[in-house]
Amino acid sequence: MKALLLRDLALALRAGGGFGLGLAFFLIVTVLVPFGVGPQSELLSRIAPGILWLGALLACLLSLDRLLALDWEDGSLDLLATSPLPLEAALMIKAVAHWITTGLPLVLAAPLLGVLLNLPAPGFLWLVVSLAVGTPALSVIGCFGAALTVGVKRGGLLLSLLVLPLYVPTLIFGAEVARRGAVGMDVQTPLLMLAGITMGVIALMPFASAAALRVNLR
Amino acid sequence: MSVTDQKPQPKRPSSFWSYANPVKFLAFSERVLPALWVLSAICLGVGLVWGFFFTPDDFRQGSTVKIIYLHVPSALMAINAWFMMLVASLIWIIRRHHVSALAAKAAAPVGVVMTLIALVTGAIWGQPMWGTWWAWDPRLTSFLILFLFYLGYIALWEAIDDPDTAADLTSVLCLVGSAFAVLSRYAVNFWNQGLHQGASLSLDKEENVADVFYFPLLVAIAGFVLLFVALVLYRTGTEIRIRRTRALQAREART
Repeated sequence: MKALLLRDLALALRAGGGFGLGLAFFLIVTVLVPFGVGPQSELLSRIAPGILWLGALLACLLSLDRLLALDWEDGSLDLLATSPLPLEAALMIKAVAHWITTGLPLVLAAPLLGVLLNLPAPGFLWLVVSLAVGTPALSVIGCFGAALTVGVKRGGLLLSLLVLPLYVPTLIFGAEVARRGAVGMDVQTPLLMLAGITMGVIALMPFASAAALRVNLR
Repeated sequence: MSVTDQKPQPKRPSSFWSYANPVKFLAFSERVLPALWVLSAICLGVGLVWGFFFTPDDFRQGSTVKIIYLHVPSALMAINAWFMMLVASLIWIIRRHHVSALAAKAAAPVGVVMTLIALVTGAIWGQPMWGTWWAWDPRLTSFLILFLFYLGYIALWEAIDDPDTAADLTSVLCLVGSAFAVLSRYAVNFWNQGLHQGASLSLDKEENVADVFYFPLLVAIAGFVLLFVALVLYRTGTEIRIRRTRALQAREART
């Protein structure tokens, strides 16, 4: 398992594009928003939590089709399926590697971009907390979408369409935590819900992903 | 369904599972379909005409209230169609009856049209009543999400060539999607308090809507249910025949 994790990380690092792509996209979204909605700082600070969450989600979505596609093409997935490691665990590791290469940089970069959007001071802590709690769910759900569409040629659009409604609850609660944190309200309820979603999908989603991938590898 | 399985079976014509045999299913659906078409046409005709022309205008909403005869039944069927797809997917995953998978496939476009009817009639009603075509109300938003689920489900069916693979993958998607649809419903409720009125119909209330509106509504709902069943049976039959034609063509090509 550790070897697989290290391999995926090394591949993501060496492949160049993949690692920075999500981060660059996140940067582009947040930098372009003020040009789109105008530079009023009170408006920006009000929508900042939502924009940052949305940017993170889109950046995550962007990198999903690479999650399994490369391993599918060169046949590594077949090897993984026949290895003693359960496919569920292998997919979980893949999701973790995806989170480390995509989600974690987003979490770390979010406060910097929050400064650009004039995020209120108390919001920074909860923005980082909500992203740190929520982005693993995005990776795990995305892994399911990738497993469903891995056999489809040019499945990127289909993958986005399938994953889009699945991301809604995570986005709602995540953005709600960040928003409430920014205006100084109590964040406990949405934060607990967000954590619940993340824990739930981590516990259950690998089984669905593995079931889908087994069908595709048949 | 292999050919080698030729044990003399005890006769159980009453079992629900016997309709997993495509031949039996087709024979049955051909027998009941004419009746279903006629019944649903009668129910829809009676319900809609009664509702549109022989009920009084509401004292606050005027004649716009009459869109309820399209809106409520289609919304009901939009959810029930997904539920039916969920049950059919489960049957496919557990018992591997092809008819079940094809029925789920056949129900999806009907369901998406029902969702669309509910959304459009709601918008038409909402414009004069709420002063807006669209509001990010929990119910409206949930239906939009349901619509996206339908689109994704249909797109996945279309994208995969091998029918068994497609059936498996869409079934898994339907299961996961159902869990997330319920989750979204609660998330959306939490996210925004609604503009939409409460449930028009429920089983545990004395009176839901005034009786003058209630009875034609029940007839219209019966019409929509019958229409849905008829459409799904018909479309499932079409899918079975498409499958057969492909099999015949493949056999032709081999010889």
